[in-house]
Amino acid sequence: MSAKTLQATATRADPAAKPKRAFQRFLTPEARTAYLFILPNLIGFAVFIAIPGLMAFVLGFMNWDGYNPMQWNGIRNYTRLFQDSNFRISLSNTLVYTFASCALVVVAAMLLAILVNGKLKGKAFFRAALFFPHITSFVAIAVVWQAIMNPTQGPLNMFLKTFTDHPPGWLTSSDWALFSLILITVWKMAGYYMLLFLAGLQGISSEYYEAARIDGAGVFRQFRSVTLPMLSPVTFFVIITCIISLFKSFDLVYIMTGGGPGRSTKMLVYDIYAMSFRNGEFGYASAEAIVLFLIVLLITYLQFKGEKRWVHY
Amino acid sequence: MGALLSRGLARTSTYVVALILSVVMIFPFVWMVSASFKPQEDVFAYPIQWIPKVFQPENYSELWTTIPFPLYYLNSIKVSVAVTLGQLITCSLAGYAFARLSFPGKNKLFIIYLAAFMIPYQVIMIPQYMVVRSLGLVDSHWSLILLESFSAYGVFLMRQFFTGISMELSEAARIDGSSEFGIFARIILPLAKPGLATLGIFVFASVWNDFQAPLIYIFSDKLKTLPLGLASLNGEFTSETQLIMAGAVLSLIPIVAVFLFLQRYFVSGLTVGAVKG
Repeated sequence: MSAKTLQATATRADPAAKPKRAFQRFLTPEARTAYLFILPNLIGFAVFIAIPGLMAFVLGFMNWDGYNPMQWNGIRNYTRLFQDSNFRISLSNTLVYTFASCALVVVAAMLLAILVNGKLKGKAFFRAALFFPHITSFVAIAVVWQAIMNPTQGPLNMFLKTFTDHPPGWLTSSDWALFSLILITVWKMAGYYMLLFLAGLQGISSEYYEAARIDGAGVFRQFRSVTLPMLSPVTFFVIITCIISLFKSFDLVYIMTGGGPGRSTKMLVYDIYAMSFRNGEFGYASAEAIVLFLIVLLITYLQFKGEKRWVHY
Repeated sequence: MGALLSRGLARTSTYVVALILSVVMIFPFVWMVSASFKPQEDVFAYPIQWIPKVFQPENYSELWTTIPFPLYYLNSIKVSVAVTLGQLITCSLAGYAFARLSFPGKNKLFIIYLAAFMIPYQVIMIPQYMVVRSLGLVDSHWSLILLESFSAYGVFLMRQFFTGISMELSEAARIDGSSEFGIFARIILPLAKPGLATLGIFVFASVWNDFQAPLIYIFSDKLKTLPLGLASLNGEFTSETQLIMAGAVLSLIPIVAVFLFLQRYFVSGLTVGAVKG
Protein backbone atom coordinates (compact mmCIF):
# COMPACT_ATOMS: atom_id res chain seq x y z
CA MET A 1 0.00 0.00 0.00
CA SER A 2 2.63 2.50 1.08
CA ALA A 3 4.92 1.31 -1.72
CA LYS A 4 2.18 2.08 -4.23
CA THR A 5 1.63 5.62 -3.01
CA LEU A 6 5.34 6.21 -2.98
CA GLN A 7 5.56 5.09 -6.58
CA ALA A 8 2.58 7.20 -7.58
CA THR A 9 4.03 10.36 -6.10
CA ALA A 10 7.51 9.59 -7.40
CA THR A 11 6.38 9.44 -11.01
CA ARG A 12 4.63 12.81 -10.75
CA ALA A 13 6.57 15.89 -11.82
CA ASP A 14 7.50 18.11 -8.91
CA PRO A 15 7.13 21.85 -9.60
CA ALA A 16 7.52 22.74 -5.92
CA ALA A 17 9.02 20.35 -3.43
CA LYS A 18 7.26 21.63 -0.32
CA PRO A 19 3.59 21.31 -1.26
CA LYS A 20 4.35 17.94 -2.79
CA ARG A 21 5.76 16.67 0.44
CA ALA A 22 2.72 17.89 2.31
CA PHE A 23 0.48 16.25 -0.25
CA GLN A 24 2.38 13.02 0.03
CA ARG A 25 2.17 13.05 3.80
CA PHE A 26 -1.53 13.70 3.54
CA LEU A 27 -1.91 10.53 1.55
CA THR A 28 -0.13 8.15 3.87
CA PRO A 29 -2.38 5.33 5.00
CA GLU A 30 -1.61 6.21 8.60
CA ALA A 31 -2.90 9.75 8.18
CA ARG A 32 -5.99 8.51 6.40
CA THR A 33 -6.68 6.05 9.21
CA ALA A 34 -6.12 8.81 11.74
CA TYR A 35 -8.68 11.07 10.08
CA LEU A 36 -11.19 8.25 9.98
CA PHE A 37 -10.64 7.66 13.69
CA ILE A 38 -11.14 11.32 14.52
CA LEU A 39 -14.04 11.95 12.17
CA PRO A 40 -16.99 10.71 14.29
CA ASN A 41 -15.94 12.91 17.17
CA LEU A 42 -14.84 15.81 15.01
CA ILE A 43 -18.19 16.10 13.21
CA GLY A 44 -20.10 16.26 16.47
CA PHE A 45 -17.51 18.51 18.07
CA ALA A 46 -17.62 20.93 15.13
CA VAL A 47 -21.41 21.05 14.85
CA PHE A 48 -22.30 21.21 18.54
CA ILE A 49 -19.29 22.84 20.19
CA ALA A 50 -16.78 24.59 17.92
CA ILE A 51 -19.17 26.29 15.48
CA PRO A 52 -21.55 27.39 18.27
CA GLY A 53 -18.47 28.77 20.03
CA LEU A 54 -17.72 30.97 17.04
CA MET A 55 -21.38 31.87 16.51
CA ALA A 56 -21.56 33.17 20.07
CA PHE A 57 -19.29 36.08 19.19
CA VAL A 58 -21.43 37.05 16.22
CA LEU A 59 -24.68 36.72 18.15
CA GLY A 60 -23.44 39.25 20.69
CA PHE A 61 -23.77 41.91 17.97
CA MET A 62 -27.26 40.86 16.93
CA ASN A 63 -30.81 41.44 17.97
CA TRP A 64 -32.82 38.25 17.97
CA ASP A 65 -36.05 37.28 19.69
CA GLY A 66 -35.77 33.61 18.74
CA TYR A 67 -38.41 33.72 15.98
CA ASN A 68 -38.13 36.73 13.69
CA PRO A 69 -35.05 37.22 11.50
CA MET A 70 -31.91 38.47 13.24
CA GLN A 71 -30.88 42.10 12.97
CA TRP A 72 -27.45 43.63 13.20
CA ASN A 73 -27.22 45.68 16.35
CA GLY A 74 -23.58 46.75 16.43
CA ILE A 75 -22.13 47.26 19.89
CA ARG A 76 -25.44 48.44 21.31
CA ASN A 77 -25.90 45.20 23.29
CA TYR A 78 -22.64 45.92 25.05
CA THR A 79 -23.30 49.60 25.72
CA ARG A 80 -26.71 48.61 27.10
CA LEU A 81 -25.06 46.02 29.36
CA PHE A 82 -22.96 48.60 31.12
CA GLN A 83 -26.00 50.76 31.85
CA ASP A 84 -28.08 47.81 33.02
CA SER A 85 -28.36 47.59 36.81
CA ASN A 86 -29.37 43.92 36.51
CA PHE A 87 -26.07 43.17 34.85
CA ARG A 88 -24.06 45.17 37.39
CA ILE A 89 -25.73 43.44 40.31
CA SER A 90 -25.38 40.01 38.68
CA LEU A 91 -21.72 40.65 38.03
CA SER A 92 -20.94 41.80 41.55
CA ASN A 93 -22.94 38.92 43.09
CA THR A 94 -21.10 36.46 40.86
CA LEU A 95 -17.73 37.87 41.88
CA VAL A 96 -18.57 37.83 45.58
CA TYR A 97 -20.03 34.33 45.40
CA THR A 98 -17.15 32.92 43.35
CA PHE A 99 -14.24 34.43 45.25
CA ALA A 100 -15.70 33.93 48.72
CA SER A 101 -16.64 30.31 47.97
CA CYS A 102 -13.26 29.58 46.42
CA ALA A 103 -11.28 31.09 49.27
CA LEU A 104 -13.26 29.04 51.78
CA VAL A 105 -13.11 25.90 49.63
CA VAL A 106 -9.33 26.11 49.25
CA VAL A 107 -8.72 26.64 52.96
CA ALA A 108 -11.21 23.96 53.99
CA ALA A 109 -9.98 21.45 51.41
CA MET A 110 -6.34 21.92 52.36
CA LEU A 111 -7.02 21.51 56.07
CA LEU A 112 -9.22 18.47 55.44
CA ALA A 113 -6.50 16.90 53.31
CA ILE A 114 -3.87 17.43 56.01
CA LEU A 115 -6.30 16.04 58.58
CA VAL A 116 -7.00 12.77 56.75
CA ASN A 117 -3.49 12.37 55.34
CA GLY A 118 -1.94 11.31 58.65
CA LYS A 119 -1.88 7.90 60.25
CA LEU A 120 -5.56 7.77 60.91
CA LYS A 121 -7.52 4.55 61.31
CA GLY A 122 -10.63 4.56 59.17
CA LYS A 123 -9.03 7.02 56.76
CA ALA A 124 -10.94 5.52 53.84
CA PHE A 125 -14.23 6.11 55.63
CA PHE A 126 -13.45 9.76 56.40
CA ARG A 127 -12.34 10.43 52.86
CA ALA A 128 -15.46 8.85 51.40
CA ALA A 129 -17.69 10.77 53.82
CA LEU A 130 -16.02 14.09 53.09
CA PHE A 131 -16.10 13.45 49.34
CA PHE A 132 -19.68 12.20 49.28
CA PRO A 133 -21.49 15.55 48.74
CA HIS A 134 -19.54 16.08 45.55
CA ILE A 135 -21.01 13.10 43.68
CA THR A 136 -24.62 14.15 44.25
CA SER A 137 -26.56 16.40 41.92
CA PHE A 138 -26.97 20.07 42.74
CA VAL A 139 -30.71 19.66 42.26
CA ALA A 140 -30.97 16.95 44.93
CA ILE A 141 -28.83 18.76 47.48
CA ALA A 142 -30.62 22.02 46.71
CA VAL A 143 -34.01 20.60 47.68
CA VAL A 144 -32.54 18.99 50.80
CA TRP A 145 -30.80 22.18 51.98
CA GLN A 146 -33.92 24.18 51.21
CA ALA A 147 -35.77 22.09 53.76
CA ILE A 148 -32.92 22.19 56.27
CA MET A 149 -32.64 25.97 55.96
CA ASN A 150 -36.36 26.56 56.21
CA PRO A 151 -36.40 29.64 58.47
CA THR A 152 -39.35 28.72 60.68
CA GLN A 153 -39.32 24.91 60.87
CA GLY A 154 -36.00 23.72 59.46
CA PRO A 155 -33.66 21.72 61.69
CA LEU A 156 -30.88 24.30 61.27
CA ASN A 157 -32.85 27.17 62.80
CA MET A 158 -34.51 24.92 65.38
CA PHE A 159 -31.00 24.12 66.53
CA LEU A 160 -29.87 27.76 66.43
CA LYS A 161 -32.90 28.80 68.50
CA THR A 162 -31.24 27.22 71.50
CA PHE A 163 -28.62 29.99 71.26
CA THR A 164 -30.48 32.97 69.83
CA ASP A 165 -34.07 34.14 69.51
CA HIS A 166 -33.51 35.49 66.02
CA PRO A 167 -31.75 32.96 63.82
CA PRO A 168 -31.06 34.15 60.25
CA GLY A 169 -33.67 33.83 57.53
CA TRP A 170 -31.16 32.11 55.24
CA LEU A 171 -32.57 31.91 51.71
CA THR A 172 -35.56 34.10 52.49
CA SER A 173 -33.48 37.05 53.67
CA SER A 174 -31.74 39.26 51.16
CA ASP A 175 -28.88 39.76 53.63
CA TRP A 176 -28.27 36.04 54.08
CA ALA A 177 -29.26 34.40 50.78
CA LEU A 178 -25.94 34.81 48.99
CA PHE A 179 -24.07 33.66 52.09
CA SER A 180 -26.34 30.60 52.28
CA LEU A 181 -25.43 29.66 48.72
CA ILE A 182 -21.74 30.11 49.54
CA LEU A 183 -22.07 27.82 52.57
CA ILE A 184 -23.79 25.09 50.56
CA THR A 185 -21.23 25.40 47.79
CA VAL A 186 -18.30 25.04 50.20
CA TRP A 187 -20.01 22.04 51.80
CA LYS A 188 -20.46 20.41 48.40
CA MET A 189 -17.09 21.19 46.81
CA ALA A 190 -14.55 20.95 49.65
CA GLY A 191 -14.35 17.15 49.53
CA TYR A 192 -13.46 17.08 45.86
CA TYR A 193 -10.63 19.56 46.20
CA MET A 194 -9.51 17.74 49.34
CA LEU A 195 -8.76 14.74 47.10
CA LEU A 196 -6.59 16.90 44.84
CA PHE A 197 -4.67 18.23 47.83
CA LEU A 198 -4.30 14.69 49.17
CA ALA A 199 -2.70 13.58 45.93
CA GLY A 200 -0.35 16.56 46.24
CA LEU A 201 0.50 15.83 49.88
CA GLN A 202 1.41 12.27 49.03
CA GLY A 203 3.93 13.59 46.56
CA ILE A 204 5.90 15.45 49.25
CA SER A 205 8.89 13.42 50.38
CA SER A 206 9.08 12.84 54.13
CA GLU A 207 12.76 13.87 54.01
CA TYR A 208 11.74 17.52 53.86
CA TYR A 209 9.81 17.18 57.10
CA GLU A 210 12.68 15.33 58.76
CA ALA A 211 15.11 18.05 57.74
CA ALA A 212 12.74 20.72 59.04
CA ARG A 213 12.34 18.87 62.33
CA ILE A 214 16.11 18.61 62.75
CA ASP A 215 16.26 22.36 62.25
CA GLY A 216 13.83 22.65 65.11
CA ALA A 217 10.72 23.62 63.13
CA GLY A 218 7.42 23.06 64.91
CA VAL A 219 4.16 21.88 63.34
CA PHE A 220 3.15 25.33 62.09
CA ARG A 221 6.60 26.21 60.84
CA GLN A 222 6.68 22.88 58.95
CA PHE A 223 3.34 23.72 57.39
CA ARG A 224 4.47 27.20 56.35
CA SER A 225 7.94 26.24 55.11
CA VAL A 226 7.42 22.76 53.67
CA THR A 227 3.77 21.90 53.03
CA LEU A 228 2.60 25.22 51.63
CA PRO A 229 5.40 25.77 49.09
CA MET A 230 5.43 22.12 48.04
CA LEU A 231 1.67 22.18 47.52
CA SER A 232 1.72 25.40 45.52
CA PRO A 233 1.31 23.75 42.07
CA VAL A 234 -1.78 21.89 43.28
CA THR A 235 -3.11 25.00 45.00
CA PHE A 236 -2.67 26.89 41.77
CA PHE A 237 -4.61 24.26 39.82
CA VAL A 238 -7.32 24.10 42.47
CA ILE A 239 -7.84 27.87 42.52
CA ILE A 240 -8.18 28.10 38.74
CA THR A 241 -10.57 25.17 38.36
CA CYS A 242 -12.57 26.26 41.38
CA ILE A 243 -13.04 29.83 40.16
CA ILE A 244 -13.90 28.77 36.63
CA SER A 245 -16.38 26.15 37.74
CA LEU A 246 -18.08 28.43 40.26
CA PHE A 247 -18.49 31.23 37.74
CA LYS A 248 -20.83 28.83 35.97
CA SER A 249 -23.00 27.89 38.95
CA PHE A 250 -26.58 27.75 37.81
CA ASP A 251 -28.52 24.92 39.45
CA LEU A 252 -28.38 26.18 43.03
CA VAL A 253 -29.58 29.65 42.10
CA TYR A 254 -32.32 28.31 39.84
CA ILE A 255 -33.73 25.85 42.38
CA MET A 256 -33.15 27.66 45.66
CA THR A 257 -33.63 31.38 45.08
CA GLY A 258 -34.45 32.20 41.46
CA GLY A 259 -32.08 35.14 41.92
CA GLY A 260 -33.98 36.51 44.91
CA PRO A 261 -35.01 37.70 47.40
CA GLY A 262 -35.03 40.92 45.40
CA ARG A 263 -31.90 40.64 43.28
CA SER A 264 -29.65 39.48 46.10
CA THR A 265 -28.58 36.21 44.45
CA LYS A 266 -28.94 37.16 40.79
CA MET A 267 -25.83 35.87 39.01
CA LEU A 268 -24.45 36.11 35.50
CA VAL A 269 -25.26 32.63 34.24
CA TYR A 270 -28.73 32.78 35.74
CA ASP A 271 -29.27 36.16 34.10
CA ILE A 272 -28.04 34.82 30.75
CA TYR A 273 -30.54 31.97 30.98
CA ALA A 274 -33.42 34.19 32.07
CA MET A 275 -32.68 36.88 29.45
CA SER A 276 -32.52 34.38 26.59
CA PHE A 277 -34.89 31.50 27.24
CA ARG A 278 -37.40 33.43 29.34
CA ASN A 279 -37.36 36.96 27.90
CA GLY A 280 -36.38 36.04 24.35
CA GLU A 281 -33.50 38.53 24.21
CA PHE A 282 -31.02 36.13 22.67
CA GLY A 283 -28.63 38.75 21.27
CA TYR A 284 -28.42 40.66 24.52
CA ALA A 285 -27.93 37.46 26.51
CA SER A 286 -25.15 36.43 24.10
CA ALA A 287 -23.34 39.70 24.74
CA GLU A 288 -23.60 38.96 28.45
CA ALA A 289 -22.22 35.46 27.83
CA ILE A 290 -19.27 36.92 25.94
CA VAL A 291 -18.50 39.16 28.90
CA LEU A 292 -18.59 36.06 31.12
CA PHE A 293 -16.19 34.34 28.76
CA LEU A 294 -13.80 37.30 28.76
CA ILE A 295 -13.78 37.41 32.55
CA VAL A 296 -12.99 33.70 32.77
CA LEU A 297 -10.25 34.17 30.19
CA LEU A 298 -8.80 37.14 32.04
CA ILE A 299 -8.72 35.28 35.36
CA THR A 300 -6.96 32.32 33.78
CA TYR A 301 -4.45 34.62 32.11
CA LEU A 302 -3.70 36.54 35.30
CA GLN A 303 -3.28 33.34 37.24
CA PHE A 304 -0.93 31.81 34.72
CA LYS A 305 1.11 34.99 34.76
CA GLY A 306 1.12 34.96 38.54
CA GLU A 307 2.08 31.30 38.61
CA LYS A 308 5.77 32.02 38.11
CA ARG A 309 5.81 34.37 41.06
CA TRP A 310 4.28 32.16 43.69
CA VAL A 311 4.46 28.55 42.55
CA HIS A 312 7.57 26.76 43.80
CA TYR A 313 8.28 23.47 42.13
CA MET B 1 5.81 9.94 79.12
CA GLY B 2 4.69 13.52 78.54
CA ALA B 3 5.54 13.28 74.85
CA LEU B 4 3.61 10.06 74.56
CA LEU B 5 0.62 11.61 76.29
CA SER B 6 0.62 14.68 74.05
CA ARG B 7 0.93 12.49 70.96
CA GLY B 8 -2.02 10.44 72.16
CA LEU B 9 -3.94 13.66 72.77
CA ALA B 10 -3.11 14.94 69.28
CA ARG B 11 -4.32 11.69 67.75
CA THR B 12 -7.56 11.70 69.72
CA SER B 13 -8.29 15.31 68.80
CA THR B 14 -7.62 14.53 65.13
CA TYR B 15 -10.21 11.77 65.41
CA VAL B 16 -12.74 14.00 67.07
CA VAL B 17 -12.32 16.73 64.45
CA ALA B 18 -12.46 14.24 61.56
CA LEU B 19 -15.55 12.64 63.04
CA ILE B 20 -17.35 15.96 63.58
CA LEU B 21 -16.59 17.08 60.04
CA SER B 22 -17.77 13.77 58.59
CA VAL B 23 -20.99 14.09 60.54
CA VAL B 24 -21.51 17.63 59.20
CA MET B 25 -20.93 16.40 55.65
CA ILE B 26 -23.28 13.44 56.00
CA PHE B 27 -25.95 15.11 58.16
CA PRO B 28 -28.09 16.46 55.26
CA PHE B 29 -28.21 13.02 53.65
CA VAL B 30 -29.22 11.24 56.84
CA TRP B 31 -31.88 13.89 57.45
CA MET B 32 -33.11 13.43 53.86
CA VAL B 33 -33.43 9.64 54.17
CA SER B 34 -35.11 9.91 57.55
CA ALA B 35 -37.59 12.57 56.37
CA SER B 36 -38.48 10.51 53.30
CA PHE B 37 -40.00 7.81 55.54
CA LYS B 38 -42.06 10.15 57.73
CA PRO B 39 -45.63 11.39 57.58
CA GLN B 40 -45.81 15.05 56.58
CA GLU B 41 -46.52 16.37 60.08
CA ASP B 42 -43.41 14.72 61.58
CA VAL B 43 -40.85 15.93 59.03
CA PHE B 44 -39.96 19.09 60.93
CA ALA B 45 -40.54 17.77 64.46
CA TYR B 46 -37.82 18.97 66.83
CA PRO B 47 -35.74 17.45 68.40
CA ILE B 48 -35.16 15.59 65.14
CA GLN B 49 -36.65 12.09 65.03
CA TRP B 50 -33.76 10.36 63.33
CA ILE B 51 -35.69 7.12 63.39
CA PRO B 52 -39.26 7.96 62.33
CA LYS B 53 -41.84 7.41 65.07
CA VAL B 54 -44.43 6.67 62.42
CA PHE B 55 -42.80 4.76 59.60
CA GLN B 56 -44.37 5.70 56.27
CA PRO B 57 -42.72 3.98 53.31
CA GLU B 58 -45.90 4.75 51.35
CA ASN B 59 -44.23 8.06 50.42
CA TYR B 60 -42.24 6.12 47.88
CA SER B 61 -45.21 4.30 46.39
CA GLU B 62 -47.08 7.60 46.22
CA LEU B 63 -44.18 9.11 44.32
CA TRP B 64 -44.05 6.11 42.05
CA THR B 65 -47.75 6.28 41.15
CA THR B 66 -48.97 9.91 41.33
CA ILE B 67 -45.94 11.40 39.58
CA PRO B 68 -44.36 9.71 36.55
CA PHE B 69 -41.18 9.06 38.51
CA PRO B 70 -40.54 5.63 36.89
CA LEU B 71 -40.65 7.41 33.54
CA TYR B 72 -38.14 10.04 34.70
CA TYR B 73 -35.92 7.18 35.79
CA LEU B 74 -36.11 5.45 32.43
CA ASN B 75 -35.44 8.73 30.62
CA SER B 76 -32.40 9.46 32.77
CA ILE B 77 -31.04 5.96 32.25
CA LYS B 78 -31.64 6.15 28.50
CA VAL B 79 -29.94 9.53 28.05
CA SER B 80 -27.03 8.81 30.41
CA VAL B 81 -26.27 5.40 28.91
CA ALA B 82 -26.53 6.71 25.34
CA VAL B 83 -24.20 9.65 26.02
CA THR B 84 -21.75 7.44 27.88
CA LEU B 85 -21.58 4.97 24.99
CA GLY B 86 -21.35 7.83 22.50
CA GLN B 87 -18.42 9.40 24.33
CA LEU B 88 -16.66 6.08 24.93
CA ILE B 89 -16.77 5.28 21.21
CA THR B 90 -16.05 8.67 19.66
CA CYS B 91 -13.58 9.89 22.29
CA SER B 92 -11.56 6.68 22.40
CA LEU B 93 -11.25 6.64 18.60
CA ALA B 94 -10.20 10.28 18.44
CA GLY B 95 -7.99 10.04 21.53
CA TYR B 96 -6.26 7.03 19.94
CA ALA B 97 -5.46 8.98 16.79
CA PHE B 98 -4.11 11.93 18.78
CA ALA B 99 -1.99 9.68 20.97
CA ARG B 100 -0.68 7.03 18.62
CA LEU B 101 -0.95 8.09 14.98
CA SER B 102 0.77 10.88 13.12
CA PHE B 103 -1.09 13.04 10.65
CA PRO B 104 -0.82 16.57 9.35
CA GLY B 105 -2.59 19.22 11.41
CA LYS B 106 -2.53 17.05 14.54
CA ASN B 107 -1.19 19.70 16.91
CA LYS B 108 -3.38 22.48 15.56
CA LEU B 109 -6.48 20.33 15.84
CA PHE B 110 -5.56 19.32 19.36
CA ILE B 111 -5.13 22.94 20.38
CA ILE B 112 -8.64 23.65 19.10
CA TYR B 113 -9.93 20.82 21.27
CA LEU B 114 -8.06 22.19 24.26
CA ALA B 115 -9.37 25.69 23.62
CA ALA B 116 -12.90 24.30 23.80
CA PHE B 117 -12.24 23.55 27.48
CA MET B 118 -12.00 27.25 28.12
CA ILE B 119 -15.44 28.08 26.79
CA PRO B 120 -18.08 28.08 29.54
CA TYR B 121 -21.25 26.16 28.66
CA GLN B 122 -23.33 29.32 28.93
CA VAL B 123 -21.38 30.92 26.08
CA ILE B 124 -22.29 28.24 23.54
CA MET B 125 -25.70 27.54 25.07
CA ILE B 126 -27.62 29.90 22.78
CA PRO B 127 -25.93 29.04 19.43
CA GLN B 128 -26.22 25.35 20.37
CA TYR B 129 -29.93 25.88 20.82
CA MET B 130 -30.11 27.38 17.33
CA VAL B 131 -28.33 24.35 15.86
CA VAL B 132 -30.52 21.87 17.71
CA ARG B 133 -33.66 23.77 16.74
CA SER B 134 -32.69 23.86 13.08
CA LEU B 135 -32.26 20.09 13.24
CA GLY B 136 -35.80 19.86 14.64
CA LEU B 137 -34.63 18.11 17.80
CA VAL B 138 -35.97 20.42 20.52
CA ASP B 139 -38.07 18.51 23.08
CA SER B 140 -36.52 15.15 22.24
CA HIS B 141 -33.89 13.05 23.96
CA TRP B 142 -31.80 13.30 20.82
CA SER B 143 -31.01 16.92 21.66
CA LEU B 144 -29.37 15.92 24.95
CA ILE B 145 -27.69 12.82 23.52
CA LEU B 146 -26.15 14.63 20.55
CA LEU B 147 -25.06 17.68 22.53
CA GLU B 148 -23.16 15.73 25.13
CA SER B 149 -21.70 12.83 23.14
CA PHE B 150 -18.67 14.66 21.77
CA SER B 151 -16.68 16.23 24.56
CA ALA B 152 -13.22 17.70 24.26
CA TYR B 153 -12.57 16.51 27.79
CA GLY B 154 -13.18 12.89 26.82
CA VAL B 155 -10.77 13.10 23.88
CA PHE B 156 -8.14 14.67 26.13
CA LEU B 157 -8.60 12.03 28.83
CA MET B 158 -8.44 9.07 26.43
CA ARG B 159 -5.40 10.55 24.73
CA GLN B 160 -3.68 10.62 28.13
CA PHE B 161 -4.45 6.96 28.72
CA PHE B 162 -3.40 5.83 25.25
CA THR B 163 -0.14 7.76 25.43
CA GLY B 164 0.83 5.69 28.46
CA ILE B 165 0.71 2.39 26.54
CA SER B 166 3.96 1.22 24.96
CA MET B 167 4.34 2.00 21.25
CA GLU B 168 6.21 -1.27 20.69
CA LEU B 169 2.96 -3.19 21.07
CA SER B 170 1.50 -1.42 18.05
CA GLU B 171 4.67 -1.83 16.04
CA ALA B 172 4.82 -5.57 16.68
CA ALA B 173 1.18 -5.96 15.63
CA ARG B 174 1.76 -3.87 12.51
CA ILE B 175 4.60 -6.17 11.49
CA ASP B 176 2.23 -9.09 11.97
CA GLY B 177 -0.03 -7.43 9.43
CA SER B 178 -2.83 -6.18 11.71
CA SER B 179 -4.95 -3.30 10.49
CA GLU B 180 -4.85 -0.15 12.62
CA PHE B 181 -8.44 -0.69 13.68
CA GLY B 182 -7.57 -4.26 14.66
CA ILE B 183 -4.69 -3.02 16.79
CA PHE B 184 -6.99 -0.45 18.39
CA ALA B 185 -9.85 -2.83 19.09
CA ARG B 186 -8.00 -6.01 19.99
CA ILE B 187 -4.76 -4.85 21.63
CA ILE B 188 -4.82 -1.26 22.86
CA LEU B 189 -8.45 -0.88 23.94
CA PRO B 190 -8.34 -3.87 26.32
CA LEU B 191 -5.23 -2.34 27.91
CA ALA B 192 -7.01 0.99 28.33
CA LYS B 193 -9.92 -0.48 30.31
CA PRO B 194 -9.17 1.63 33.41
CA GLY B 195 -9.27 4.71 31.20
CA LEU B 196 -12.57 3.67 29.67
CA ALA B 197 -14.02 3.00 33.11
CA THR B 198 -12.81 6.38 34.36
CA LEU B 199 -14.29 8.27 31.42
CA GLY B 200 -17.48 6.20 31.44
CA ILE B 201 -18.20 6.86 35.10
CA PHE B 202 -17.34 10.54 34.83
CA VAL B 203 -19.66 11.01 31.85
CA PHE B 204 -22.45 8.93 33.34
CA ALA B 205 -22.38 10.91 36.58
CA SER B 206 -22.28 14.31 34.92
CA VAL B 207 -25.11 13.51 32.50
CA TRP B 208 -27.16 11.90 35.27
CA ASN B 209 -26.81 15.07 37.36
CA ASP B 210 -27.15 17.56 34.50
CA PHE B 211 -29.89 20.10 34.94
CA GLN B 212 -29.38 23.12 32.70
CA ALA B 213 -29.43 21.38 29.30
CA PRO B 214 -32.58 19.35 30.05
CA LEU B 215 -34.17 22.55 31.38
CA ILE B 216 -33.59 24.21 28.02
CA TYR B 217 -34.48 21.33 25.71
CA ILE B 218 -37.13 19.19 27.41
CA PHE B 219 -40.70 20.44 27.84
CA SER B 220 -42.92 17.35 27.70
CA ASP B 221 -43.48 15.77 31.07
CA LYS B 222 -43.00 12.29 29.59
CA LEU B 223 -39.49 13.18 28.41
CA LYS B 224 -38.17 14.73 31.63
CA THR B 225 -35.02 13.38 33.25
CA LEU B 226 -34.69 12.95 37.03
CA PRO B 227 -33.18 16.35 37.93
CA LEU B 228 -35.95 18.08 35.96
CA GLY B 229 -38.58 15.84 37.49
CA LEU B 230 -37.24 16.51 40.96
CA ALA B 231 -37.19 20.25 40.32
CA SER B 232 -40.82 20.26 39.18
CA LEU B 233 -41.77 18.06 42.14
CA ASN B 234 -40.09 20.65 44.36
CA GLY B 235 -42.08 23.41 42.68
CA GLU B 236 -45.46 21.69 42.73
CA PHE B 237 -45.51 19.92 46.09
CA THR B 238 -43.71 22.60 48.08
CA SER B 239 -45.23 21.70 51.44
CA GLU B 240 -44.95 17.92 51.06
CA THR B 241 -41.32 17.77 52.07
CA GLN B 242 -41.47 14.01 52.70
CA LEU B 243 -42.29 13.39 49.01
CA ILE B 244 -39.54 15.74 47.82
CA MET B 245 -37.02 13.96 50.07
CA ALA B 246 -38.14 10.57 48.75
CA GLY B 247 -37.59 11.90 45.24
CA ALA B 248 -34.13 13.14 46.16
CA VAL B 249 -33.27 9.73 47.65
CA LEU B 250 -34.42 7.95 44.50
CA SER B 251 -32.43 10.27 42.25
CA LEU B 252 -29.26 9.67 44.28
CA ILE B 253 -29.39 5.87 44.52
CA PRO B 254 -27.77 4.98 41.16
CA ILE B 255 -24.95 7.50 41.57
CA VAL B 256 -24.26 6.37 45.12
CA ALA B 257 -24.18 2.75 43.94
CA VAL B 258 -21.73 3.61 41.18
CA PHE B 259 -19.62 5.53 43.68
CA LEU B 260 -19.53 2.74 46.25
CA PHE B 261 -18.63 -0.02 43.79
CA LEU B 262 -16.32 1.89 41.47
CA GLN B 263 -14.87 4.49 43.82
CA ARG B 264 -11.35 4.08 42.45
CA TYR B 265 -12.33 5.02 38.90
CA PHE B 266 -14.69 7.70 40.12
CA VAL B 267 -11.90 9.44 41.96
CA SER B 268 -9.28 9.04 39.23
CA GLY B 269 -11.65 10.59 36.68
CA LEU B 270 -12.03 13.66 38.83
CA THR B 271 -8.39 14.09 39.68
CA VAL B 272 -6.80 13.42 36.29
CA GLY B 273 -4.71 16.37 35.26
CA ALA B 274 -4.46 17.84 38.73
CA VAL B 275 -1.13 16.39 39.68
CA LYS B 276 1.77 16.12 37.34
CA GLY B 277 3.35 12.79 36.53
